[in-house]
Amino acid sequence: MTMRTVLLFALVALLILGTGVLQSWNTALVILNMGLVSAVMSLGVNLQWGLAGLFNVGVMGFVATGGLAVVLVSMPPVPEAWSAGGARLIGALVLGMAVIAAGVAAWKRLPRGWRGWALAAILLAGFFVYRAVLDPAVGAVEDVNPAATGYLGGLGLPVLLAWPVGGLLAAGVAWVIGKTALGLRSDYLAIATLGIAEIIIAVLKNEDWLARGVKNVIGLPRPVPYEIDLQNDAAFVERAAGLGLDPTTASTLTVKLGYGLLFAAVLIVLLVLAQLALNSPWGRMMRAIRDNEEAAEAMGKDVTGRHLQVFILGSALCGLAGAMMTTLDGQLVPTTYQPLRYTFLIWVMVIVGGSGNNLGAVLGGFLIWFLWVQVEPIGQAIMGFVTAGMAEDSALRDHLLGSVQHMRLLTMGLVLLVVLRFAPRGLLPER
Amino acid sequence: MDIVNALVALANFVLIPAVAYGSQLALGALGVTLIYGILRFSNFAHGDSMAWGTMCAVLATWGLQGMGVSLGPLPTALLAIPAGILGAAALLLATDRVVYRFYRAQKAKPVILVIVSMGVMFVYNGLTRFVIGPDDQRFADGERFIISALDFRAMTGLDEGLAIKTTQGITVVVAVLVVAFLFWFLTHTRTGKSMRAYSDNEDLALLSGINPERVVLVTWLFVAALATIAGVLYGLDKSFKPFTYFQLLLPIFASAIVGGMGSPLGAIAGGYIIAFSEVGITYAWKKVLGHLLPESLEPSGLVQLLSTDYKFAVSFVILVIVLLFRPTGLFRGKSV
Repeated sequence: MTMRTVLLFALVALLILGTGVLQSWNTALVILNMGLVSAVMSLGVNLQWGLAGLFNVGVMGFVATGGLAVVLVSMPPVPEAWSAGGARLIGALVLGMAVIAAGVAAWKRLPRGWRGWALAAILLAGFFVYRAVLDPAVGAVEDVNPAATGYLGGLGLPVLLAWPVGGLLAAGVAWVIGKTALGLRSDYLAIATLGIAEIIIAVLKNEDWLARGVKNVIGLPRPVPYEIDLQNDAAFVERAAGLGLDPTTASTLTVKLGYGLLFAAVLIVLLVLAQLALNSPWGRMMRAIRDNEEAAEAMGKDVTGRHLQVFILGSALCGLAGAMMTTLDGQLVPTTYQPLRYTFLIWVMVIVGGSGNNLGAVLGGFLIWFLWVQVEPIGQAIMGFVTAGMAEDSALRDHLLGSVQHMRLLTMGLVLLVVLRFAPRGLLPER
Repeated sequence: MDIVNALVALANFVLIPAVAYGSQLALGALGVTLIYGILRFSNFAHGDSMAWGTMCAVLATWGLQGMGVSLGPLPTALLAIPAGILGAAALLLATDRVVYRFYRAQKAKPVILVIVSMGVMFVYNGLTRFVIGPDDQRFADGERFIISALDFRAMTGLDEGLAIKTTQGITVVVAVLVVAFLFWFLTHTRTGKSMRAYSDNEDLALLSGINPERVVLVTWLFVAALATIAGVLYGLDKSFKPFTYFQLLLPIFASAIVGGMGSPLGAIAGGYIIAFSEVGITYAWKKVLGHLLPESLEPSGLVQLLSTDYKFAVSFVILVIVLLFRPTGLFRGKSV
């Protein structure tokens, strides 16, 4: 902990407290909560990029996978859908996996000459059989009360369980991607991960039986009490009055604070683990691999294996953060997953904070998230000032005022470029 | 069995759309591959460069339409392409001066330049949306069809119609002209030869007195032109929406990588491979098979391998297959 670290974190605290005093405490807590989630995401990306030099631009996909886990774990199951086609559907998925496994096995076992044809034949035939089993099952499941359910539902377990499950699910996806795409050159890996993220979002949007697709799943269970219950609780209202707050404000603040405490606990645990990992022999080995792959390989380190390991770990963190975020939102809306927001913004956080430094990643998460939220009101103010002299009905004035929201992207790009140019190691450089 | 109708249906729904889309992808991939060959990094801002150039062209088109200028049956946007290229060139050259040149002088690692291009992507994204907004814009005018399905049916008396949109015809013609010019330039002019030399071996090229800044300048000009033309053609064919152009990044990169990064010929081949696979795999083959198979075997379903929403999956799978089995691409591109 250097002086610089302390000062920069104090600055973040000041910014959030300032928001509380100047705007509202609700806004401040909203920023704090998403800042905590962002910090977990950027910790994950920092593991991959900062520690191992893996260029993953599929963060959005892992975040969305975590979100899916919340639905799958916490929503109540839909028994009608399960009896209509649940077993067949699961059977089809297992069949699909078996086909792929058979293909891989064939590729590994068969002689060189015709294994390509065998692989193609297995995959092609397998695909048609898979679709023949899957399609009717999907139809049956999606026909069960499509307006309200039309999906299999979840397991009806406590929502907090979804967080580790989200991490595990993302880890599973990362294992599949890592097995195929790791070992490619860095920018090829980038394109591959970019693609896989789009595919995951496409699956979420189109596979209605999984999580209702674009019909969204709303009303996810919460780990904290509902505002309305607090407001109806006489003891709570009394305590709020004792603090000089009206019950509505007090209840919203309490709920947000509850989320904040949960998120903070997760972040602290992860940060401690990440710091321990960074300074352990394992962390030194990862950095050695990052800095010189050939030398590390010559020293007997399993470069591909380590890369796979750290890729899975980092992606699991992103999945965990995604599950936390979906829990906070209380709904899964696949159309809100945008690569600029969920992949590239996280990258800005890591680069600005300082890649290779866990505290830096956390700092970047808070700082960039704060900026992302506050650029809009600031831009509004600037535009208000710029357009003050223009006529009321000027088309340019309307256009400028209407375009304020796009200042966000512009600002993020400029921040990234400025940091890369003048402080390429970030605000808190790696030691 | 009705082979003629089957062929017409195939042409109408698969071949013609795929040729047009493939030409657009090929032009985009050429831009990516030029940057990769000469500046030696994967430019993530390419989709947004396309969006910016197209936006300039759209604005110019609206201006021309406002002045009452028209090309008759052809879209006015063709006249606006030079304006779009100028706009794109101005932005790209300014970016190179302010951003990329610094890293070039430092000989920064390619992956750093990729991250830098991510920042540039954000900025372009913001700029484009700031000027024209995030919504769909239509700017196509003129005759819609070279030949419409109805006319074709009346002409030939077949059951199936064959429609060729004007924009599809223009796309192919323009793409052929542009590619021909690019290859002529690269093989027959002094500057073109120096570009290829610089791409093959930078040190050797510098020793022989090639001015690197000039090579880079010409490259950016070509990239601006290719990006704008690809963008305008895509926009005419479908419609212009900034986010769609950002998403085009994936099939474009897939085309360039499949063909072999740094190889212009590969970029063109890659563009068509990706386009044909995307259209072929997401097309419902029921109609074509219905004409080909005897009635008893006629398929009951749509015979669609994947729904159209999974078209990204197609480019992705091809990309992964090529990378796994032939990492330098079909045309033996370079690897930095």
